[in-house]
Amino acid sequence: MPGPPKPKVPGLVKGLGVTMKTLVETMTKGSVTNQYPHEKEAPAPRARGVIALKSDNCTVCMLCSRSCPDWCIYIEGHKEKAPPRREGGKTRTVAALDRFDIDYALCMYCGICVEVCPFDALFWSPEFEYSEPRIADLLHDETRLNEWMETVPDYEPYESGAEVKVKKVPR
Amino acid sequence: MSSLSTLTLALELAYWQQTAIAVILAMVIVPTATAVIVQVFLFKMMAGMQSRMGPMDVGPYGSLQLMADGLKFVQKELLAPSRADKTVFALAPVVALIATFMVFVIIPVGPNGVASNLRSGIFYALAVSSISVIGVLMAGWSSANKYALIGGLRAGGQLIAYELPLVLSVIGVIIQAESMNLQDIVAVQHSGEIFGWGGIGNPFLLTQFLGFGIFMISMQAELNQPPFDMPVAESEVVGGWQVEYSGLQFLFFYIAEFGAAFGFAAIASTLFLGGWAVPFVDLDAGIMHFLGPVVLFAKTMFVAFLIFWVRFTYPRFREDQLQQFAWKILIPLSLLNIFVTGVLKVVID
Repeated sequence: MPGPPKPKVPGLVKGLGVTMKTLVETMTKGSVTNQYPHEKEAPAPRARGVIALKSDNCTVCMLCSRSCPDWCIYIEGHKEKAPPRREGGKTRTVAALDRFDIDYALCMYCGICVEVCPFDALFWSPEFEYSEPRIADLLHDETRLNEWMETVPDYEPYESGAEVKVKKVPR
Repeated sequence: MSSLSTLTLALELAYWQQTAIAVILAMVIVPTATAVIVQVFLFKMMAGMQSRMGPMDVGPYGSLQLMADGLKFVQKELLAPSRADKTVFALAPVVALIATFMVFVIIPVGPNGVASNLRSGIFYALAVSSISVIGVLMAGWSSANKYALIGGLRAGGQLIAYELPLVLSVIGVIIQAESMNLQDIVAVQHSGEIFGWGGIGNPFLLTQFLGFGIFMISMQAELNQPPFDMPVAESEVVGGWQVEYSGLQFLFFYIAEFGAAFGFAAIASTLFLGGWAVPFVDLDAGIMHFLGPVVLFAKTMFVAFLIFWVRFTYPRFREDQLQQFAWKILIPLSLLNIFVTGVLKVVID
């Protein structure tokens, strides 16, 4: 059985070449390091930074809250009478959101709530700079969660020729 | 130490004054050399080879990082295990450090720039550098820790194994230079000829290339630098004999390690790269008093660069590979080198 092909350059010399090449590249082009606190890091658009809420789409179905492994989503709501859609119709009953909190001290960023939401009310945002000196302040209320919507990036387009059109982020 | 002998000759200082100056110079030079090695190679060059930046926050380009690190070490409490042999435990880092200090004594940096111009200079240097083995074994044994003991014994075995090719590779140089004095070796290299052509002198790198290779490899092992860092392998023996040391005592080991790296690099550049001499410049020229230290420093940094380049490139040897490499390859090769050098010396001269 023939052994593996002999390398043209001995491995020891090749290794020295690799480190030297990296050194020269780092000295001429700069390193890949991002000096984070001094300069802002650009996270990947689909990074799981924080969960944003679009309250208008929420129907208080509680699916996210029930599917959360950490029980870090708190939802309260009540039923309201709403005027009929068409003239002469029945009055409708709609669910109104009283409280929607996510406790980021408990959240483990699994994203199940975003996956499970049937009405496109929860979105991933790549923002990650929301640490707090007090742990209680990590509980983001409805207003704060709605503010994160501004940072949610658009969905990336599918590859050309795809039959499904890409969804739009409600703004 | 370049101006030391000149200075003392000119001023006719008393013995205690000379000693005081020598002690102060040693206190400055050894830690400075260590700092230069660590800052330039361990911090910045290693970072570059891994596409990182290295320390950047303390001082411009992180140049004061070592001040912060040193202060941190000084602040820390000196801990010793309750079962440790306290006296030996405390002495071990000092013994290791002394060996490093003593190597610096015989390194010539200029026409008069040598603290002690011993006739058997290189013999002294190699003998003294082996003292650090005792410090390491003391640390390993007295720590009352299995990892420290294993690491210390590994270090002892490795240092003894690689001491032999280190000494044997130097013998080729001694045969060619017909002297063990480092100043003589520098002078011979400066005035030497390669097959009748004396343009750049004869840096022994050109004729003793095998000896240089063996010297560099054994030096790497002597200094416990990767790929020969089995005694301090952090994934197996969590730092070897250093595992129980903290604060200043750990710092002593650290200085001993990297100060010795500088000292050995200086010796290697003296033995094989022509030392402080520059081709075409007379050895006794007045400018060499100032140029000599600079030249030697540049050559030392080059040799240190080679050491750390290898260090950052190769993975660690296994313990048995490490011993086999010394006994089965390096020692026979260095004996062959001595034999060939001796024969050629007799035939050509």
